[in-house]
Formats: sequence, structure tokens, C-alpha cells
Amino acid sequence: MPVNSAREDELIRDVSKKETLVRLYKYMLAYKKELVLVGFLLLITLSVNLATPLMIELAVDTFVAEGDVPGLMRLAAFGFFMFLLRMVCGRGWMRMIADVTNRVLMTIRSQLYEHIQTLSFHFFDSRPTGKILARIVGDINSLKDMLSDSVTKLLPDFLTLIGIACIMLVKSWQLALAAFLTLPLLAGGMFVIQIRAHKLWQIHRQKNSNLNAFIHENFSGIRIVQSFAAEPEREADFDRCALEYRDSFVDAVKVADLFSALVETVWGLGGFLLYFIGIRIVGADKIGVGTFLAFSTYLGMFWSPIRNLASFYNKIVTNISAAERVFDILDTPAEIRDEAGSVKLPEIKGGVAFKNVSFAYTDEPEKLVLEDVSFLVRPGETIALVGPTGAGKTTIASLISRFYDVTAGSIEIDGYNTREVTLESLRKQMGVMTQDTFLFTGTIRENICYGKEDAKEEEMIAAAKAVNAHEFIMKTKKGYDTQISERSSGLSIGQRQLLAFARTMLSNPRILILDEATSSIDTHTELLVQAGIEAMLKNRTSFIIAHRLSTIRGADRIFYIDDKNILEAGSHEELMAKKGAYYRLYESQFEEIK
Amino acid sequence: MQKLGTYMKRYGPFYLLGFVCMVVSIILDMAAPQLIRHIIDDVIVGRNQELFMRFILGLLGIGMGRAVLQYIKELTYDAVGVSVGYHMRKDLFCHIQKMSMDFFDRHNTGELMTRVKEDVDKVWMAAGFVGILAVEAVTHTVLVLFFMFRLNPKLTIVPFMILPLIGVCAVRMEGKLGTVYDKISEETAELNTVAQEALSGVRTVKAFAQEKHEIRKFGRHNRKFYDLNMEQAGIVADYQPAITFLGHTMLLMVLTTGGFMVIRGSMTLGALGAFLEYANNVIWPMEIVGWLSNDIASAFASWKKIKKAAGETPQIMEQEGAVTPERITGSLRFEHVGFSLNGQEILKDINLELQPGQTLGIMGMTGSGKTTIVNLIQRFYDVTEGRILLDGKDIRSYPLDALRASISVVMQDVFLFSDSVSENVKTGKREELTQGTVEWALERAGAAHFVSRLGNGYETVVGERGVGLSGGQKQRISIARAIAKQAPVLVLDDAASALDMETEQLIQKNLKQVDKVTKIIIGHRISAVRFADEIIVLENNEIAERGTHEELMAAKGRYYRTWCVQYADRKEEELCR
Repeated sequence: MPVNSAREDELIRDVSKKETLVRLYKYMLAYKKELVLVGFLLLITLSVNLATPLMIELAVDTFVAEGDVPGLMRLAAFGFFMFLLRMVCGRGWMRMIADVTNRVLMTIRSQLYEHIQTLSFHFFDSRPTGKILARIVGDINSLKDMLSDSVTKLLPDFLTLIGIACIMLVKSWQLALAAFLTLPLLAGGMFVIQIRAHKLWQIHRQKNSNLNAFIHENFSGIRIVQSFAAEPEREADFDRCALEYRDSFVDAVKVADLFSALVETVWGLGGFLLYFIGIRIVGADKIGVGTFLAFSTYLGMFWSPIRNLASFYNKIVTNISAAERVFDILDTPAEIRDEAGSVKLPEIKGGVAFKNVSFAYTDEPEKLVLEDVSFLVRPGETIALVGPTGAGKTTIASLISRFYDVTAGSIEIDGYNTREVTLESLRKQMGVMTQDTFLFTGTIRENICYGKEDAKEEEMIAAAKAVNAHEFIMKTKKGYDTQISERSSGLSIGQRQLLAFARTMLSNPRILILDEATSSIDTHTELLVQAGIEAMLKNRTSFIIAHRLSTIRGADRIFYIDDKNILEAGSHEELMAKKGAYYRLYESQFEEIK
Repeated sequence: MQKLGTYMKRYGPFYLLGFVCMVVSIILDMAAPQLIRHIIDDVIVGRNQELFMRFILGLLGIGMGRAVLQYIKELTYDAVGVSVGYHMRKDLFCHIQKMSMDFFDRHNTGELMTRVKEDVDKVWMAAGFVGILAVEAVTHTVLVLFFMFRLNPKLTIVPFMILPLIGVCAVRMEGKLGTVYDKISEETAELNTVAQEALSGVRTVKAFAQEKHEIRKFGRHNRKFYDLNMEQAGIVADYQPAITFLGHTMLLMVLTTGGFMVIRGSMTLGALGAFLEYANNVIWPMEIVGWLSNDIASAFASWKKIKKAAGETPQIMEQEGAVTPERITGSLRFEHVGFSLNGQEILKDINLELQPGQTLGIMGMTGSGKTTIVNLIQRFYDVTEGRILLDGKDIRSYPLDALRASISVVMQDVFLFSDSVSENVKTGKREELTQGTVEWALERAGAAHFVSRLGNGYETVVGERGVGLSGGQKQRISIARAIAKQAPVLVLDDAASALDMETEQLIQKNLKQVDKVTKIIIGHRISAVRFADEIIVLENNEIAERGTHEELMAAKGRYYRTWCVQYADRKEEELCR
């Protein structure tokens, strides 16, 4: 399986920018009413803004020039109320647009998270957790400004621009055209810069993700780092990630900062052209001094929204790669999902049938892990899977809960094809315990009740007692309310395994799969645990993967897995009599004693 | 971790360069209207055609000049900002990495990620881009005020009255935002932690079909994140329009007061026009005051968090003047070692003695303190009683890296980095280890065969925590990693739990050949420890039984009972001989 590491960049599909933007803004459109209201309030703000120079002009030219004090006072009062109105409007639209954008971000974030939950193991196995995290938190946050600015800045600036352009055209179409002459240059320049900048921002985002992954991995594995005194190496690697992050940023801004340089150049050229065309070609007389005067003001008003729009465009280019990365995950199809027309699996008895099952990981289809495996397990049977590491024991167990889909053949539980029932109804009836015990941050109680949140206190304690965990839980500081943290303070790996056992116990599964579940538990505790399991799982189907043959011996049947298939199957006595692979394995553990 | 100023000082000349570019650029900006006035006054009205080309070329020159200056300014500040961030991040990372285990027990990975990633990002933004905007706004305002004062000192009282009010607003807003950003930063860490946990524990989540539960849990934090962001937006919405209002009120006051002065004849109409122009010019810096205080508040909140993390000192410290001995032979001695954590006694009165090359086997109940012994030898925690001697010297007198380099541990909980197999094996000795040693170690750990069958052999990248490999395969790589280190002390903490019998025996055989190395083997299977020179059985935090295999068998105690269970299948006479 090709796996992405912290030091490699991820591949990003090429999607047109337009598509990404349209998709992003569709989220905004869910808030049409709010957006219309924001637009309305913005219009008021904009009107006040545009009216302000007129007001000043009126005041200076008329009231002050004529010495009309009451008029001046009236105007001041009017202005005061206008500004007050704008303040109220401003408060309104700022809150509203923040609400819309934050809601959109919340929606995208939860959609992304929900989608990630549906993805198959393959997705998680092929990339570091830190990279997925970077998308859920960092990438989404960086969309915030872009979304809110697109309403609060884009709209007013665009309207201002159009308004000013109209006024300029009316006042003198020749001068207006001269001023517009530079716009194609601006647009062309921006386009060229944008193409390059976009690529560079994409790279920067990848480096950002690498850095995130590195930090995550380093602190998750801090024990190994310190135990191997590998700090200097890790620091060197970190340094490389952080440097790449910095350099990719500098590379990107080297291009992106050209935006404002371009705007300034075009501004100078525009002024040059305006006066050159106006005076030399059209002739100053035809246009008039007043118009020239007015035009210098208008030109200023014309360029300020253009600057804003250019910087907004820059922002889009900067952040669109974050949006791309978010959508990239949303577009990753869930390999394992409820098929159309899947039914709820009713309460099962626990018969399991493998029918000519072959399996290969999706990205290595030619390399079969299992080939043409068939077997039948009656409800209540205990099956032990043995064989060399990597032979496919865990794969068989994973296929039963449909963590992966079979490549060929089918798996039936009580006659139901596992692909034709809903995942939830299937997995809720399975109890899977793996070797890597994962406990969540929270109390011991919350962890035991993970699969059954509404469990009663007695049930929980019964489950804990059954696996012999109650005693040590009561020895912890707060008993069942003791907090467990990521690097669980005070609990040994074996104790964590016992808690996981209690958790599985309580969820009351019909089929139990124990994949090396007792590997870190000492022999005496294991015996007690086994007694507990046996009592609770009487008449329930179970699959046990273990290396300690003492655990295996009691199984109803033993499957010896090797070479992609079941090599031998039968009870302990049968297999021992056969003197095959199992016999050799079994005998080998006593070799040294003899 | 240094002070923020120290990080910035390093780039002093660049800050200066950016500042100069900015000032010149502002001056050019202010010169443009003068040129236009000349074009109108001299060229159009005055009909002076000679100067015309010079004026409009000047206009073009201003544009070009500003283009270059702006570019230099922006690039300088962006590059300086990100570089300050780089140094800060590096220092923070190195600092955290040196912290001792108790720190990592208290802080989740999600939280640490937020500190090193998001928080540092916010601070460097403020150190570069945001910082320059603030400086530009202030410079601009000061320049304009200067021109205003020159024009009409009396009328300048108006902006001097309003500006402090705006300042008060900005400071208050900054204060309130600081509190919110404090919480936002906390919540980002929470969000990171919740998401990280669900992703790391995805197998558990799916096995229990608890996706909905996880989504709800994430939803709650997502919602809280939203609420906090709205709280922040609310504060901005409260103050920002008020600041703009004050700015425009100033304009009105200038207009009316100036108007009276003109009417009374103490000021010319032209001067009022110019004054108003200037007043208009200080409005934009005021409008971005809100925005700036927002970002600065956010950066400051993050900086506080960074400083807090950077201010913690590791519990495990090297003694001053600790020297690395030339050679460590690997004799170990525990003298009345006791250890308690959070008031709970985990080990008491442990006495052990191991000569170089000897093997110690440790067995015991789950939670009896076996792994703690390993943690103590490596000084992940310090003993609370007694002492541990390595080569006759207290381990606390060694430099930490020398101590840890002389002990290689296979941990119970296998962790591999998402890197190639050979890089994983080389962990801690990347420079020293040759490919030959890597292959030798993998061979010893019974991993060479399956590794060579992986897609790219030794260079195959294994996923984070070794996903994609079976439990036994991961464990073999982690054993190879410890063997490759060739340290005088080798600790195997339940290192064979996921191995099948044959592999375990192969590895045991291989390990036996490695003499001169002091070995500590923790295991649950008799087969793992039976050839040890001494075997101890831990119970209730102390050594309950000790001796060789034969002695313990003869004692018919706990060890003997374990043996009986594990080999119960054998005939009675063979079994309990």
C-alpha cells in the first residue's frame, strides 16, 4: 500500500478554480435572507459614504462661502444622524455576516468530519493523522476571511466602481475611456500572476500539512523519541519541515506581492494616459478645467475599489488551495458504505459463512491476501485462528465486520450477505477487540460505556468484574470517575486492555472477535478474564486470534492460516493427530523445555 | 524561548528597510496630488506646454516608484514575519521535546500541536504583515496631524480631542477580544484533540459503530467554536462601527468649527478645504484600527499560551557537569528503589543487581509495575526512593542523552514513524548506522523476510504507527530498531506479545547470541524469561519471588503456577517435575 509520510507532499487533484469557488459560495447561498439583509444594510452604508463628500462640498461651497451659520448647523446635525444610522447599520451587517460565515465554516467542518467518519480504513492508513487534522481545523479556518470579505468588501467595492465609472463616462467619455485603457493590462497582469501564485500557494499548503503531520507524529511518539535519544534527529527533521514551510511561503509571496506592485504601476500609467490623451490628443479646451479637476478626484475614487478588489482577488488565490484540500476529502468516496436497499440486520444467532472469499487491498489488486477461502461457523462456536504473523488472520476477522469489502465471493451472517445489511446494524452486533487498545480521553466510566451509553451502573460494574478489571479500577483515585488521558497516567497497557475488554463485554455482542486481545495481560488475569468471557458468551460465536496456545486450545475448532487460505482446520485433538503445521507449531513451544 | 522582541530584533535591518520603503511610498503618494495640481494650474490654465511631459512622466514615475517600494515593503514584512515564526517555532518545538514525561501526561498531542502550529502562526502574522499595517497607520496619522498643525493649530484641537476617544475604544476592544481569543485558542486545541482522537481511534469508533456519537461530540465542540467566534465578531461589531462613527464625527466637527472660523474670517476657505482633505486622510487608519486590534489581540492571546508552554521546565534535569563516560559496560543495580506517582505507590523497595551480559526476567500481574521499572531506568521519571546505578554510578549523574543512548528499549506499545522501514530502524542513530547494520538488525528480529517482500523493500514507507503492517510485523521492526542501536543494555517490555511462537523462538535464539549486553526481559510467557540469570515476579508493587527458573519451579509459588497453566496440556508427570 503506498503510504504518504510526513515528509512527502500529498497529491492534490486538479480541479478548476471556478468549480471550487462556485461550490464554496453555494454554502453561502443557503443564507439568502441574511445575505439580502446584509446587502441592504451595506447599501445604506455605501450611500452614506458616497454622500459624505457631497455633503462637505455643499457645506464648504454654499454654507461656509455664504456665511450661513444655521444652514451649516442643520447640515452638521443631518450628517451626525446619518453617521449614527451608519453605525447602527454597520453593527447589524457585521454581526450578520459573521454569523453567516461562521455558520458556513461550521457546516463545512461538520460535513468534512462526518464524511471522514464514513471513509474506510484505507483512507486513514495511507496518510498521517496530522494531515487530516490540518484540513479539518487549519484549512477550514483560513477560508473565514475570504468568505466574509466576498460579501462585505466585494459588493460595495464593485458598486462603487460601477458608480464612479458611470459618472466618469457622463462627465467626459474621452477621459473616462483614457482612464479605462489600462484596465485590460491590469486584468491581464493579474491573470498571469494568479496562475503562478496559485501553484505556489498549493505547495505552501502541502508544506503546511507536512509540518502539521510531523508535529503530530512527534508528540504522539515522544516516548520513542526520548527513549532513543533521537531528539537531535527529530529536530533536524523538524527544521527541514519548518524551513520548507517558510520557504514555500516566501516563494508564494514573492509572486503574490506583485499584485500591489502591478496595481501601482497601472495607476501611474493610467494617470499618464489620462492627461496625455486628454491634453495632447483631445485637447484641454474641449474638456474644460472643471472636468479635469473633478477627474483627479474621481480617479482617486476609481482606484481605491480597484486596489481593494485586487487584494481580495489575491486573498482568493491564497486561500483557494485550502478549499481545494477540503473538497478533495469530501469527494473521496466512502469505499465501504450502506449499499442501496440495504436492510437492518435483525438480531442474529451468529452463524458465519465465508463463500469463496478472496481479498486484496484496493490499491494492490493483483496481490491477493486471501484466496478462495470458504468455511462455515455454526452459531455459538469458538474458532481460533492461528498461523504465522502476516498470514491474514486479522484480515479474516476484519472482513466479518466489513471493515473491508471482499474482492470476490461473499460473507454471510445468519444467511444475510454482509454487504446487504446496514453497517451500523452489523457492527453493533459485533464485538471486536484489537491488539492496539484505544481509549478515549474521559472517565473510566465513559470508556467502558462507549458502546452502550445508556448502561446502568450495575451492568457496567458487572462487565468490569467479569473481566477482572473492577478491582484495579477501585484502586484508582476516583474509581470509575478517574480521568483517562491520551498517555493514560497510571494505567498499564494490560490494564488498558482490560478496560477495553469490559467495554466490549458491556456492548453485549453476538459475535466476538478477539484479535490478540489478551496479549498484554498476565497469565493469571487472563485465566480470570477467560472465565468471564466464557460465562457471558455462552452460545455466542467467537473468533480468537492468539499466539499463546494455552488460549487457543479450548476452541471448538482451530483454523491454521497460511498461504492465503486455511491450511488446516479441526479441533485441537484432530490437528494434533494430523501432525501437520499446527502440530509443529504446538510442539515448538515445548522444545526448549524438553 | 526568547522574548518576542529578541526574535524580531534579529531582523532589525529588514524591518528598517521595510519602514523606509513605506515612508517614501507614503510621501510619493502625498506628492501625486501636487503634480496633478501643477498639471491643471500650469499646463491647462497656464498653457505651459514644456513642463507637461515632465509632469505626466512624473506621475508615471510615482506609480512605478510606489510599485517597487510597495513590493519591497510587502515582501520584506512577509518574509521577516514568517522567518520570525520559523525561529520561534523551532525554539518552542525543541523546548517541548525536551520536556519530561509528566508534561506529556498532562498535555494532549492535539493541544501541543495547536501551540506549535496555529498559535505560532498567529504571532508571526502579527510580527510581519499586521505589524507593518499598524506602523503604517500610525505613521500616516502622525504625518497628517503634522500637516494639519502647520495649516491651522487651533483647528487641530478637534482631531486631538477625538483621537484619544478612538484610542480608548481600541484598547477596550483589544482587551475584550484578548479574553475571547484566549478561549478560542483553548477551543482550537480542544477541537484538535477531539478530532485527533477520533481519527487515531478510528478502528475503535467503527468497531462499535459509534460514528454518530463521535460526530455529536465533535459537533458540540464545533458549535462552541462557532459561539466563541460569534462572541469575537460581536465585540468587533460593537466597537468597529463606533470607531468609524467617531472618525466621521471628527470630520463633521472640523467642518462646522472650521466653517465658523472661515465665516468669522480667521481662516481662508482654501485652508479649510485642505484641512478637510487631511481629515479625510486619517479616516482609513482609524477604520483599520479595529481590524488591527483584532489581529493583535489574537496574536497576543496565542503568545501568552506559547509563553506558558515555553515557561515550563522539565522535571527530569541533567545534573550540572554531568559527563558522558567513555564506555558503559552495562552493569545495573537497583538500591531500595521506590516510586510513587500522584500519591499512588507503584514500586517499593526494589533491589536488583545485574552484571554486564546478564539477563533479568520480570513477570507479574497486570499493573504490578513492570513497565515502571523500564521507565525509571530511562529516567522518564525519577525514583522517589533509593537509587539506580549504571556502572556503579547513579543514573542521575549521567547526561540524559548518554544514559538513554546506552539503553535500548522495545516498548510494549509499538510506535513507528510514518517513514521508511530503514529510517525507522535507524531512529536515534541515523548518521552512524549503515544499511548493513539495518539489515542485520532486521534479520535478527526475524523481520528481514517480510520486509524484503514489501513493495519497496527496506525503503517502503510504513504508515503512522505502522498501520498497514500486522501487529507482529510492527513488533519485529520495533525489536530491530532496538537491536540496531547496539546499546549495552537492552530492555524488552513484553516485546513478543504479538509474535507467533516460531518467530519468538527465533528472536530469542538470536538474542542469546548477543552476549555482553545486559538484558531485561519482561514477559508473560515462561518461555520468554526462563533462561534469565534471575527472574523476579512482581506483586503488589514489590518483588514477591526471585530466583532462577529452577529455583522458582522448586519454590512452587506464583511462577510455578503460571508455568502449570501455560503448559497444562503436558502430562502431569512431565508438567510438574
